[in-house]
Amino acid sequence: MNTGLHLNALTITQGPTALVRLTAHILPGQVLTIMGPSGSGKSTLLAALIGALPPGFTTTGQITLNGTDLTPLPTQSRQIGLLFQDDLLFPHLSVAQNLGFGLKPGGTKAQRQARVEAALTQMDLTGFGPRDPATLSGGQRARVALARTLLAEPKALLLDEPFSRLDQSLRAQIRKLVFDQARTLPVILVTHDPEDARAANGPVLSPMGETLKP
Amino acid sequence: MTLGKTLLSSAPAVLALGLALPIAAGLLGTLAPALRGDGFTTLAAWDGLWCAVKLSIGTGLVSTLAALIITLLIVAALANTRSFALIRRTLSPLLALPHAAAALGLAFLISPSGWMSRALSPWATGWENPPNLLILNDPMGLSLTLGLIAKELPFLLLMALAALPQLDAERRAQVAASLGYGRIMGFTITTLPALYRALRLPTFAVLAYAMTNVDMAMILGPNLPPPLAVQITKWMADPSLTQIPTAAAAALLQLAIVAITLALWLITERILSPLIPALAQRGLRATTLDPILSPIAQTLGLTLAASLIFGMAGLALWSIAGLWQFPDAIPETLTLTTWTKALPDLARTSTTTLSLALIATTAALTFTLASLESHHRHGTKPGTALIFLPLIIPQIAFLPGLQILALYAGAKGGLTITAAAHTLFVIPYVWLSLAPAFTAFDTRNATTAATLGASPTRIFWHIRAPMLLAPILTAFAVGMAVSIGQYLPTLMIGGGRVETLTTEAIALSSGGNRRLIGAYALMQTLLPALGFALALTLPRLIYANRRAMLAERPHP
Repeated sequence: MNTGLHLNALTITQGPTALVRLTAHILPGQVLTIMGPSGSGKSTLLAALIGALPPGFTTTGQITLNGTDLTPLPTQSRQIGLLFQDDLLFPHLSVAQNLGFGLKPGGTKAQRQARVEAALTQMDLTGFGPRDPATLSGGQRARVALARTLLAEPKALLLDEPFSRLDQSLRAQIRKLVFDQARTLPVILVTHDPEDARAANGPVLSPMGETLKP
Repeated sequence: MTLGKTLLSSAPAVLALGLALPIAAGLLGTLAPALRGDGFTTLAAWDGLWCAVKLSIGTGLVSTLAALIITLLIVAALANTRSFALIRRTLSPLLALPHAAAALGLAFLISPSGWMSRALSPWATGWENPPNLLILNDPMGLSLTLGLIAKELPFLLLMALAALPQLDAERRAQVAASLGYGRIMGFTITTLPALYRALRLPTFAVLAYAMTNVDMAMILGPNLPPPLAVQITKWMADPSLTQIPTAAAAALLQLAIVAITLALWLITERILSPLIPALAQRGLRATTLDPILSPIAQTLGLTLAASLIFGMAGLALWSIAGLWQFPDAIPETLTLTTWTKALPDLARTSTTTLSLALIATTAALTFTLASLESHHRHGTKPGTALIFLPLIIPQIAFLPGLQILALYAGAKGGLTITAAAHTLFVIPYVWLSLAPAFTAFDTRNATTAATLGASPTRIFWHIRAPMLLAPILTAFAVGMAVSIGQYLPTLMIGGGRVETLTTEAIALSSGGNRRLIGAYALMQTLLPALGFALALTLPRLIYANRRAMLAERPHP
């Protein structure tokens, strides 16, 4: 029973204060939602999961992904995809170059180009490759960011309030797209929006591990 | 890869040693001959000593105080007004102006036969011939002080502009205004203490430079005696080498004078700092200050900018002047003879100048970027005090020591060693120009790239460096400008063998060939200006199709 993302008594403390205390097992296709007000340790948890915790925090416990202990690995070797609140498309690269940066290494130039084109088509963005990301709408940018994350072929996905900057009409649409695309991955969603938590259709915990009802 | 990693993580230490070691060696090299010989005796016996010391302190202290006060006055009275934007736009490019060119331009403007006197003669002054007045090189050093104020104002103002956004100055001003405070009083109470803290090290650098500079003092300062630093340079340049102990002793004295002045400055700070909280308690709104001081701030800022700009215009006009007799406001004829005659020499000197600047700036930028990147990866904060070391320890205190060491080692000055010396003085400015943008870089970009599987090296070359292209190019242009303007390191470490536009312009300045001086000084100004133009244009061309990269950036 090794598949999925395991948080095994993961505890993060800063000085005397415990910010995160979690035990959870997220299977592929499952979404664990972490809810809490700002300052409650949500972003600390995310930083610990991707291995970017600033000095001053102490972590105990284990994070394993499909049986591999992630704790000693640097961010780039963890194979955990991350979608931020802002899409963070690199402003100096075109849409296609952004996707190319995300795409796993390997393959010929033509093969890589074809995969980028395919990803664009899948996101309903055919022909957007040469575009400047700054000229895209909010919904289009969100879709490019999702495509870029998935092209890196992550083994798990973290969502850091990725829908909160989108307007109401777009939010449900993009949320559905993300959850559909991530069907085969264990997902952790961090949010303060109960609507997001309900849509995720999975367990909802506070950073300290209490079960919440959104 | 592992070698690269080791090199990178040692970059901050290498940078620190690279800054500290030459300075320490230079100071020791100055100390040894001063103690061994009879340097202090011969120095004490020199008639001009007291006067030279007074000039160093007087011109340095007065110009620094004036530049600082005018800077603060401009920020206090004019921040976020239209005239502030005008002053900022006029003064910012003047930062690139080499000290020597600024001094020469000013000399051409204010000398008895200068442009100002010509423009006012004979209709206002009645002068048919240049008056016999000692305006330039006046014994009190007034024209030198004026030149220093004009040249240091852009530097301090830009440092203030860089600090203001971090201090949330605009909202502080709004709060003070909503409580009924006048602009200047509100600024003094709410923003001045924090802004002064940010300006402290730059001010110390200005003070140290103003007290000990040689380039501007040789052009604008008094001659008999000159300020102490100029006299040290003359002693060091004596071909018989017999004056070295005297020069070394004087260099140590100069260092002590700067140290004592800085100490007095620190004591004054202590005495004055409780005054502002006390002022706040009084609750004086002082709204009447604004209409009095605002026009003064505006006039001072624009006059000083104009003095530099008209100085430059004067240099340009002289370089193409044919016949230009005294009371005429403009030359009778224009000609390119000066330029065509000087072209071979100018081309050779410009090549040397550019080579030095390219080597020194590339080295400085590499060290700075490696150091900043290393700090970023290890989550440490770079210290700024050490970076200021080459700016606060006066050049004249340790360069003679390095020259003496080179002399004993039998090293002949050359391009490489001179470039190394330039690097020492270029690093602080490249650092100051680049570090804020580098630290302000949104690290979530790097995190996003890392979660996509990119290594730190790939993130640096593909994400951080290209996204910071504009500040990196600006830092490069700043570095080039600093190197192009260096006088003392070129003279002393180059051993007289390295001729740059700056050394040539200053060498020419004692002669009377205004046309040739104009050509050299103009060339000296054009090269850094070209660098800044490229630094502004290239990102616009490269990112013409990337709107978010063209958004207005906070000024360096």
